[in-house]
Order: sequence, then structure tokens, then C-alpha cells
Amino acid sequence: MQSPFHSADLTTASPELLLAGGAMALLMFGVFRGKDATGPVNVLSIGLLIAAGLAVLFSSSGTVTAFADGFVVDGFARFMKILTLIGSTGAIILSLHVMRVERMNRFEYPILILLATLGMLMMISANDMISLYMGLELQSLALYVVAALNRDSVRSSEAGLKYFVLGALSSGMLLYGASLVYGFTGTTSFPQIAAAINHGETGLGLVFGLVFIISGLAFKISAVPFHMWTPDVYEGAPTPVTAFFAAAPKVAAMAMFIRVVVGAFPNITADWQQIIVFISIASMVLGAFAAIGQTNIKRLMAYSSIGHMGFALVGLAAGTEDGVRGVIVYLAIYLVMTLGTFACILAMRGRNGAVENISDLAGLARNNPMMAFLLAMLMFSLAGIPPLAGFFAKFYVFLAAIEAGLYVLAVIGVLASVVGAYYYVRIVKIMYFDEPAEEFEPMPVSLKAVLAVSGVLTIAFFVYPGPLVAAAGSAASSLF
Amino acid sequence: MYSIIVFLPLLGALIAGFFGRWIGARGAGILTSAFLAVSAVLSIWALYSVGLNAHEPHMERIEVLRWVTSGALDVYWALRIDTLTVVMLVVVTFVSGLVHIYSIGYMSHDPHQQRFFSYLSLFTFAMLMLVTSDNFLQLFFGWEGVGLASYLLIGFWYKKPSACAAAIKAFIVNRVGDFGFALGIFAIFFVFGAIDFNTVFGTASEQVGQTFNFLGYEVDVLTTICLLLFMGAMGKSAQFFLHTWLPDAMEGPTPVSALIHAATMVTAGVFLVARCSPLFELSETALWVVTIVGATTAFFAATVGLVQNDIKRVIAYSTCSQLGYMFAALGLGAYGVAIFHLFTHAFFKALLFLGSGSVIHAMSDEQDMRKMGGLFPHLKITWAMMLIGTIALTGVGIPGLFGTAGFYSKDAIIEASYAAHSGAGSFAFWMTVLAALMTSFYSWRLMFMTFHGKSRASKEVMSHVHESPNVMLVPLYLLAAGALLAGIVFAPYFIGHDETHFWASSLFRSESNHIVHDMHEVPLWVKWSATVMMLVGFVLAWVMYIRNPALPKRLAEQHVLLYRFLLNKWYFDEIYDFLLVRPAKWLGRFLWKKGDGWLIDGFGPDGVAARVIDVTNRVVKLQTGYVFHYAFVMLIGVAALITYFMFSGIGGTH
Repeated sequence: MQSPFHSADLTTASPELLLAGGAMALLMFGVFRGKDATGPVNVLSIGLLIAAGLAVLFSSSGTVTAFADGFVVDGFARFMKILTLIGSTGAIILSLHVMRVERMNRFEYPILILLATLGMLMMISANDMISLYMGLELQSLALYVVAALNRDSVRSSEAGLKYFVLGALSSGMLLYGASLVYGFTGTTSFPQIAAAINHGETGLGLVFGLVFIISGLAFKISAVPFHMWTPDVYEGAPTPVTAFFAAAPKVAAMAMFIRVVVGAFPNITADWQQIIVFISIASMVLGAFAAIGQTNIKRLMAYSSIGHMGFALVGLAAGTEDGVRGVIVYLAIYLVMTLGTFACILAMRGRNGAVENISDLAGLARNNPMMAFLLAMLMFSLAGIPPLAGFFAKFYVFLAAIEAGLYVLAVIGVLASVVGAYYYVRIVKIMYFDEPAEEFEPMPVSLKAVLAVSGVLTIAFFVYPGPLVAAAGSAASSLF
Repeated sequence: MYSIIVFLPLLGALIAGFFGRWIGARGAGILTSAFLAVSAVLSIWALYSVGLNAHEPHMERIEVLRWVTSGALDVYWALRIDTLTVVMLVVVTFVSGLVHIYSIGYMSHDPHQQRFFSYLSLFTFAMLMLVTSDNFLQLFFGWEGVGLASYLLIGFWYKKPSACAAAIKAFIVNRVGDFGFALGIFAIFFVFGAIDFNTVFGTASEQVGQTFNFLGYEVDVLTTICLLLFMGAMGKSAQFFLHTWLPDAMEGPTPVSALIHAATMVTAGVFLVARCSPLFELSETALWVVTIVGATTAFFAATVGLVQNDIKRVIAYSTCSQLGYMFAALGLGAYGVAIFHLFTHAFFKALLFLGSGSVIHAMSDEQDMRKMGGLFPHLKITWAMMLIGTIALTGVGIPGLFGTAGFYSKDAIIEASYAAHSGAGSFAFWMTVLAALMTSFYSWRLMFMTFHGKSRASKEVMSHVHESPNVMLVPLYLLAAGALLAGIVFAPYFIGHDETHFWASSLFRSESNHIVHDMHEVPLWVKWSATVMMLVGFVLAWVMYIRNPALPKRLAEQHVLLYRFLLNKWYFDEIYDFLLVRPAKWLGRFLWKKGDGWLIDGFGPDGVAARVIDVTNRVVKLQTGYVFHYAFVMLIGVAALITYFMFSGIGGTH
């Protein structure tokens, strides 16, 4: 046994350590400062996330492992961590205004996001079942709490509770699967599991373990049939929290998903491919159909995210480097579009507070043409209509699926995106052709900024797609 | 110079159409008329220099621009100037100019004069494009251009449902002909590999006797091409079977009828066949068809003209009949004769139309001759003009001495058909002679019913009757001069001893075609036959409408079936309605309601959309809100996956 700690390990994990130490320091600061701590804590949290991002950017390149192979930093990890940190930063910015006017202005919220982000970074770098579980639980516990952040609201509490119960169930499944895999391979380390399988340590028991692990992971990315919590939690949680849920955790969980199947089970691709094809199709189809029946825009975004995770899984199902590159591109574009869309949803505030129904958007084109235009563009992009970024996201994953011979999956995916286009375009129709509803309050600057960045990136991607695609390509290549 | 002739009217149309608001109604009329006048003067000069005063055969080609280049197809936009072209230039610009001037008076109460003049000039441009074309594509462009302008002008009073219906009818009936025309052009490109006149006509003789296979039949190439082209000509020139649109086209303003539906556009078919004489001359079958259709039309339209009561419809059927004469001449190989009749006909038919327009104008837009009569004392000048038109149409003259325009051109056709000494020739001869009798009858009937006898109009209308203003009368004078003199002045060039020199290479006749020479050698009784028929027709009309006005009614009652047959235009409209219109409508309705509405929408968009909603409703119901349901679904998912792997055996057994 080598010694569990080296000083070099600490350097490798510096972004995580930064977040951990910073979060605790801010917690102390908040507790001692009292009620008026929220403003500074928000700003400091954003600064901390940016600092962590810089730490990720300037960490040594190449693949570095630490903590006895339980923690790995490679191109893939770095890229996904940056995305996650962007998502978390965006979520805090989106929350600034709303939390203030809704009187939920507690300093714990940014700190909980910091802790959840810490968990996510751990998940992304996990190279061992144990460290994976550690990161996952840290993230989940923080998320359970923020879901129920609005303690006075029954729906918020219910959302937190449901999420907690079902999350516990999924954690159990994941642990059970991990123990099965340990039983059949004798190790929890991904590279060693892969090596063991390579030596012929396969069997139905191992595949059972794989199924349970994937079920647990699928819960985190809310893939069908482990998605049931998503609409209720999205609707029940305060909207800024929903915005956070829809962005960063999805990216981190998908990264973890990729790391597990590609890192630990590269030699039984055929087996996990079938599972992923199944949950991918189920997610795309259910996401498309169920969203049509929604009247609440947060629920609609829940089904939208279920569908999008299904599309992203199409790339993973291909099991190739190109496929993973497609997933990474997809997640990056999804993150941008989601943050922009939630900026619009958060701006849906009339004189009597926030509104959440799709019909409240009626006639937005006349009341606020700029917001209507950008939201319409984001909707078209989410639907995957060229030349917007969302089209290219789908293009890369479908291309990978077709090159991998998964024609049925690709065709079903395209058909599902046609059905899905209906509910996105319906929102555009409501905004542009229906009689105007009540006018919204003017959009606060923080939301405007997020929406503007998101809109520009969505439009501009097709002009200059090179950097993102190249970065995603090198990130994907570090896994294979 | 030729470019100016062709493009001035286009300029006028654009200015009147787009800037009409600024130049005003009067401005639009004067501007377009002035442009046309310039074109007309230049055209007459062109006729003089190219046709009458040319020392050697004259053929000029002026390139405007390279138009279409696609594979082997290379089309230039060029003006082809030869005798045939300049004759048509004179007809088109002269009549069009006079009609423009006349319209300034006739349309003075209309609120949309700018639009009218714009259309009129646009039509003129398209017609000039047609007659100056150097290839079949350009010809087709002009062809469709005049069709469009005709549609716009027939439907000029678009608030009148009958005008809209007539416009659509003209357009659709012409589509039938144009379909054949287009196929003919395709066939020409297929066979010759080019569509410019020089190449096609130059190599036509190589294709004699060539055949191609169509559905197992060996079909003669040239005959096919000629018949397809003739189909287009039949549509545009309102020949038998495709004539139904022309009488209805009288719904348009009267100047339009004079210009488009008498003098110019309807003669485009005649021009087409004459232009393609190098092709037609090589196919006897095609020429035979042209003769038969032409002669039949001449006879048929004349019979219908006998009993019509609408003053403009009588002239319309007369036009139809005269066009039949022209085609009969074309079919016999007497191309110059046909063009000569086209030339003279333009003058006297435009005169008749504009004259009747003057009558209608005076009668407060009344067109029914049964409500006219006794107008002579009120409209002496119009009466004189109509009289000149009538004697020109019926061909008054003394053989060998002097005659009106129709006397030279129409009688030449009758003589040519006798001189052909063929089956089709004698058919054409008897048909045209009988038609000459009827022409005389209905023309004089029109005169008598309109101007003589007792007035049948209401007092109020009669009190408003007035002679037209000078702006309308001056064009009539000029046309009347043409109707009287065009025959005697131009006969030597068009059909007389200078004929070969005049036409030069613009018309083609094979070695064995001596018809123009032969027609001067026919027996005396043939030469007199037309004149006699003209006199008989006059006497009959006099007896029936002046001497004994009750006679027509009695005759109609005695021969009620025949009368109704003629009055209803041989029931062509009814037959077409039954055979074509109703089945087409039924089919359309069927495809719309059943095919599109029920089948495609039902199972396509609507059906799929409805199923999507069904699925959505079910999926939404799954979301119950109970945590144990959610947990249950998750476990079911895991169980399903594990079961799948147990039974598929993958992983465990490989």
C-alpha cells in the first residue's frame, strides 16, 4: 500500500481545495456577519468560482492522477469542470435579483451552490467508485437542500423531499451496483476494473452491476425511466434553483456517466451500449411527447431537459471518440441555451410577482420585442433548427451515431426532435401571434447580461464553431 | 431604329404603370400614344426601306443580348428584320397607335386610365417582341406576353364577374394551344438541337421523311412539329374547337377588342405559320390540316354570326371567320395572300370595332342591336365610317378595275383555293364562297339593325345619343383610309407581280408551289363568284331588315331548331362544359375533399398530430405526483433491463 497522501496530490486537486476552503470560510463569514452578509457572499462566491476556473485552466496539462489513482485530472475533466463552473456561476448571477425581490435572500444559497459544485468537480475527476460516490453524495445533499430552499412554500418543501427520497433510492442502486462490480472484479478503481474485465472477469453478475450503476447515474441526468422526479422538482423548486438544476449538475453527471462507462467498462461496450440506446430513445421520445401537454413553463423545461439528455446520450451510445466529442459539444451548447432560456423565465414577473404559465408569454413580441426575439431564437435553437447552435449540437451526436451504425437510434432521434419542435415553436407562436397578456416588469441587468451572452453564442456558433469543436475533440481524445 | 420601335412601347408601359400617379390619366394617355406614334412612323419607314424600296433581298439580325445558355441551348435575344417582320410592325404599331389615341376619348370616364394605357402599351411591346423574334423561345416569350396582356385587358373591369370569367376562359383555352406550342418547341430542339430560326429553317429539308417512334407508331418528324405548332396557332387565333374564348373576350373595353381581338394578337397564329413556312411547306399533311381547319372555321363562325344580337359579338365571329380565311390560304401555300388579308383585315376590322365602340359610347354602353336602330340621323360620321368598314369587309369592288381592301385580299383567297386544284382546295373554295355570302349578310344586317329602321331604344337613351369627339373620330378616318386604299396600293407587292421581290426570303415556297401565279389564271366565274355572293348577301339583308322586318322572326319560328343551334354557337360551350369543365371540377373537388382533406390530411398531418396529442395525454397521466409511483417506475426500469440481459444472454455467455 502506498501512502494515501502526497503533497503533489494537493496541487492536482487545487481547484477543489480552493472551493472547499472558500466555502467554509464564506460560511463562517456569513454566520458572523448575519443578515446583510448575502450581498458580499454572492460576490465572493462568484469570485471563488472564477478563481477555481482559473485554477483548472492553469493546472498542468496531460493526465495526472492523485490520491492513489482515485482522482484523475485530464483534458476531459478540465473541459467539463470549466463548463460546470460556468453553469454554477451563471446560476448565481441569475438568482441575484429574484432572490432579493422574493425575500429568499439567504447567504447559504451561494454557499450551498459552491458545495454542490465542489461535489460536481469531484464527480468529474472521480477515477474510483469510492471517490465517485463521495462526490456524488456531496453534490446531491447540497441539491436536496437548495430544492427545499423556500421553506415557507409547500411545493418547494415537497420538491426537496421527493428529490431526497428518490435520490436516496438511486444512490442505493448505485452502491449496490458498485458492490456487485467489486465482487466480480475485486477492485473499485476504474482502470483496474477495465483491466480485470479485459482478463475475462465478465459474467452476468458484472452486467447486473453495470445495470445498477447506470440506473443510479441515469437518475442524476434524469434519463427515462429514472426521470420521474424531474418535473415535480423543477416546478416546485424556486425558479433560480431550477435554473441551476437544469444546467451545471446535468453537465457534471453526464461527465461522470461518460467517465464510468468509457473508463471502467471499455471492453464490454456492446453491453452498456444497449442500455444507453434504450434510455436514450425512451428519454427523447418521452421528453418530446410529455412536454406538449405542459402548461407550466418550468415543467416544460423539465421535459425539455429530459429530451436533451436523451439526445446527448445518442452520442455516448455510439461509444466512439467522435460520439463523446459530440456529447461534449452538446452539453456546452445545452448549457448556454438553458441559461439563456431561464434568464427569460426569471424575467416573467408581472406586478403581482412571478408567473410561470406558458400563456403568460402571449403577445410578448409586442410588449418586449427584444426579449421575445431572443427567446424565440433560443426556442428554435433548442428545437434544433439551423443555423442556430442547437442544430449543430444535434448534428454532431447524430453523425457519430450514424458512423457507429446506430441507424435506428438516429432516425428515432430525428423523429423525436420533430415532435419536440412542436412545443418549442408553439411558444414562439404564443409570443408572436396571440393577444398580449399582462406586461412584464423590466428585465434586471443581471438577467439581461446572461441572456445577451447566451443569445450571441447561440447565433455566433455557426460562424465560428472551430474553437469549441476542437477543444471538445481534444477533451474526448484524452479518454481513449 | 428597330430597337426604338420595339422598346418605346415598353418604356411607355413602365412609365404609365409605375409613375401613372404623377403624370395623371391624361398624361398617361398622351405619353403612350406619342410613343406609339413614333414607333408607327418608324415602322412605316421600315416597311418602305425593307419591303418596297429594297434593291436586294433584305434580312437583318440585331442582337440585343445573350439570353439563355444552358448545355446545348444557346439563345440570343435578337431582332429579326425582314419583310414579314416589317409588315407586322406596321400593322401592330399603326393600329395600336390609333387605338391608344381613340382610347383617350373612349376611356375618358374610367378611373383607372393609367393602368389601361400601361396594359395597352405592354401588349404592344409583347406583340412587337413576338413579330421580331429570332428564335422560338423569344417567340414564345412574346406569345405568352400578349396572352398575359390580353388576360389583363379582358378582365380590365375586374369588378364585373363576367369580365373575370371571360379573362380566365381566354387564358385557359389558350393554355391548351400553348401546351401544343411548347411541345412543338421542345420537339424542334430535340430534332434540330437548336431553336433559332436560321438553323432550324436552314436544315429543315434534311428532316424530310424522318420519323420517330411514339408509343409503337412511326411518326413523321416534320408533320408532328408543324401540327404541334399549329395547335398553338389555333388557340391564339381562335380556330375551330379553340375559338370559344374569342366572343367572350368582348367583355373587355372596345378599343381592346379592336387592337387585340381583331387586328393583332389573334393574327399571331397566322404569323407563326407564315414564319414557319419553311417547315410547313415540307409537310403536306400539316398543310392539309391547316386548310381544313381554316375553311371550317370560316364557314362555322360565319353561320353563328348570322343570328347574334350583340353588336360586338357579330364582329367577333366575323373576325373568327376571317382568320379562318387566312389559315385556309396558308394551308394552300399562299402565304403572301394570307399575310395580305391579315394586313387589310387589320384596318377594316379595327375600323368596325372602333366604329361600334363609337355607337356603344353614344348609346350609353348598350350593345344589343335589338335595342338600337334609326341611329343614322344622329351618328352620320360613325355611320359613314362603319359603312366603309362594311364594304371593305364584304369586298365591294369591280373585278379588274377597283375595289376596297377586302375585295383584293379576300377574293384572292377564294381564287387561290380554286386554283389549288386539290381536295382540300375545293373544300376551302366552297366553304369560303358560302362564308362570303354570310359575311355580306351579317355585315349588312348589323348596319341595318343599328342605323336604319325604326329606333327600338328607350327615349332616355335616344336623348343622350351624340357623335363621338374628334379624338375618337380621327383614328377612324385614318383606318377608313386604310380600309379603302390598302388593297389597291399594296396588292401588287403582296400578291401581284412584285411579289417575289417583295417577300424575298422571308416566306418560303417549294419549287412545286405555283399557287400565287395560278390564282391569277382562274376562270372568270370564279373571280365574279365572291362579288355575286356579296351582292346576294346585301339584297337578302335588305329584304329581311328593311323591306320586311317581320320576316326574320317568322323564319326563326319556322326553323326553330336551326335557329337555336346557331344562336347557341353550335352548343360548343355547353359541350365543353359537359365534357371538360364539369369532369375537371368534379375531379378537383374529389382530390380536394377526399384526396387531400380526408386521405392526406387525415392520415398525414392531422392524423399524426392527433395521435401525438393522444400519446401526450397518456404520458402526462403517468406523472401522478406520488413518490412511490416514481420509485416503482425506477425499479421497473431496472428490472426490465436486467430481465433483458438475462434472456439475451449477452455478457454472461460470450
